[in-house]
Amino acid sequence: MTTEPLELEEITGPSALGGGWRRSWDLLYLMASTEFKRTYFGTALGYLWTVGRPLMLFGVLLAVFTQAFKLSAGIPHYAVLLLLNIVLFSFFQDGASTALPSIVANVAIVRKTQFPRLVIPVAAVLTALFNVVLNLIVAFVFILAFGVQPRWTWLLVVVVLALLLVLTVAVAMILSALYPRFRDLGIIWSVTSTALFYGTPVLYTLDRFHSALARNIVSMNPLTPILELARRWIIDPRAHGPSYYAGGLKLLIPIAIYLGICGLAVWVFRREAPRIAEAL
Amino acid sequence: MDYATEVKGQEHSTGGGEPLTDARIAIEVRGVDKAFQIPRHRVDSLRERVTHPLMRQEFRTLQALRGISFDVRRGEFFGILGRNGSGKSTLLKIMASIYKSDAGRVRVAGRLAPFIELGVGFNPQLSSRENVVLNGVLMGLSRREAARRVDSVLDFAELREFADLALKNYSSGMMVRLAFAVMVEADADVMLIDEVLAVGDAAFAQKCLDVFRKLRGTRTIVLVTHDMATVQRFCHRAMLIHDSEIKYIGEADEAAMRYYRLNFRDRPPDRDSAVPDVNVRVLDAWLENGAGERVQNIEQHETFSLGCVIEARHDLERPVFSFQFSDADGEEIFGLTKYLELPEGVPDRLRAGQRVLISGEIENRLLPGSYYLSAWIMRNRTAGDLALHRLQLLEFIVFGTDLGPGRVQLQDEVRAVIMDDGEGP
Repeated sequence: MTTEPLELEEITGPSALGGGWRRSWDLLYLMASTEFKRTYFGTALGYLWTVGRPLMLFGVLLAVFTQAFKLSAGIPHYAVLLLLNIVLFSFFQDGASTALPSIVANVAIVRKTQFPRLVIPVAAVLTALFNVVLNLIVAFVFILAFGVQPRWTWLLVVVVLALLLVLTVAVAMILSALYPRFRDLGIIWSVTSTALFYGTPVLYTLDRFHSALARNIVSMNPLTPILELARRWIIDPRAHGPSYYAGGLKLLIPIAIYLGICGLAVWVFRREAPRIAEAL
Repeated sequence: MDYATEVKGQEHSTGGGEPLTDARIAIEVRGVDKAFQIPRHRVDSLRERVTHPLMRQEFRTLQALRGISFDVRRGEFFGILGRNGSGKSTLLKIMASIYKSDAGRVRVAGRLAPFIELGVGFNPQLSSRENVVLNGVLMGLSRREAARRVDSVLDFAELREFADLALKNYSSGMMVRLAFAVMVEADADVMLIDEVLAVGDAAFAQKCLDVFRKLRGTRTIVLVTHDMATVQRFCHRAMLIHDSEIKYIGEADEAAMRYYRLNFRDRPPDRDSAVPDVNVRVLDAWLENGAGERVQNIEQHETFSLGCVIEARHDLERPVFSFQFSDADGEEIFGLTKYLELPEGVPDRLRAGQRVLISGEIENRLLPGSYYLSAWIMRNRTAGDLALHRLQLLEFIVFGTDLGPGRVQLQDEVRAVIMDDGEGP
């Protein structure tokens, strides 16, 4: 027993971040790093898959959209743009998809310990973040190889990642907190994320649209301005920025949606966290 | 069981109720309420929400805890007793910040290590080494400190050779061993332990008891258990929870006794005793301790008395009163057969409505365990009649720490000595 007198401290019950920041951070790091190590454990190529998987997807899509559909026509550096977009979008998709069942999957920890609930979905996103950083390194090698000139704006990829990270964490929080009560969310999310893949300028750019309506809809997607920023900063400085097609005030819509999702995430998670152990 | 006899002297004498009134409070629980809303019809999917949007979910409220208040002092070994479903595990989960209480508050001094639902939180996909670090951090250690303790945890659990095996490949016994080791080695100020003795093999149970003995008095330990021998041996105080409320809080012996009473009072009668007592009616049956007080349970080695009042419902010729003591498996251990003691010349007969008191002391050689007392009321076979029927009279526990094989311990003069060479028998 420690010798200094210990003061009585209130037990507040389970919460999103119970037990202090320091402990939550340590737990987050441990969960994310062990999960990252484990994902490719037992596979022959190990970590190479982290990079290999998006490259293979990239290869397939590149073949389809340059040979079969000619989407690439008129888009400078289409191949590497596609690669960059896929890497960034996969981060969002993988982060949210692994976070969704994370609380249910960690039932033993949630039911038996005073585990800060928020750490669980955030750790899933953090694992995806490790992946995307590795992938981006590979992507930049390709970008250089395809003849894009390096510029100082490449450093702004950090801003892109940060914006994407916040949104991914927010979606992860909503999905993981509600999944214990609504198991349908698994199916709904798998369809939604596929729809989002096509509803985000990953395979195409916004100037491809002939219909203004379709363009307006895609412009409302909060992922759209993030990818447009990435394109402008990294691949093609002459590309239009996010405000071009959206046009001034209309840019407020994806921003509002972005902030709305973040607010909703905080509200949902704070509401669900104290009782999650009972719902499992 | 030399362990039991060895510790009996020192610990049973200190066990029970010496109060730690001067110590500071380690756990303070005030007015804790907890209810669970249990849906009568579980709505787990959106489809049900969508197809029956107007259907209000019906809930049944299960009051798990009501107005729970108590203190545990520093260094105290505190027992929580109660039948299954009494709310004691819910209470532990509230104290461990796993459930949120509806009302009231809990305050704890220092770091707290829980051992709940037979384990700490493990991820079956990870190796035990990774799990141990994760749990160390969970229990409040820093990452470095947790990593430093991995080896001692694995040694304690005797699982060193399996350190890098994923936990899903562990047997449940290994898992519990590891969980207990993590909890012990977390070096917390307060330990919350739920039902550790009910699992694992004998060696593990022994290890748990060794730990309890070592830590008793130096740590604050809250133990939930069904094993009254442990409660009586280790707990300074104990609390009995029944029907979501505290029924008793105080001396461990008394709490254990009340627990037994609760357990056996509500037990549905055996098939045998459900037979209507057509020939006689048992008006009363009881056990007394040495001091002449009626008791539910008997302490080991203590002489006790049996008492029974029977009323004949119709005339019985030459009745025989036969009592059997049997163990929990229904195996008979010993019995007594008694006849009416009558003055010379009085006919050996009971008339309808007449009452008989059967009572007297019995030497107690029973080992700790639960026992049944039943009776056969017979008409004397020499008169050509058969036994009438069997009555289940009592169930009771013999409690004590002097365990042993079998059910009874007989007195003996058997000794073991070394024989001198050449002086064989």
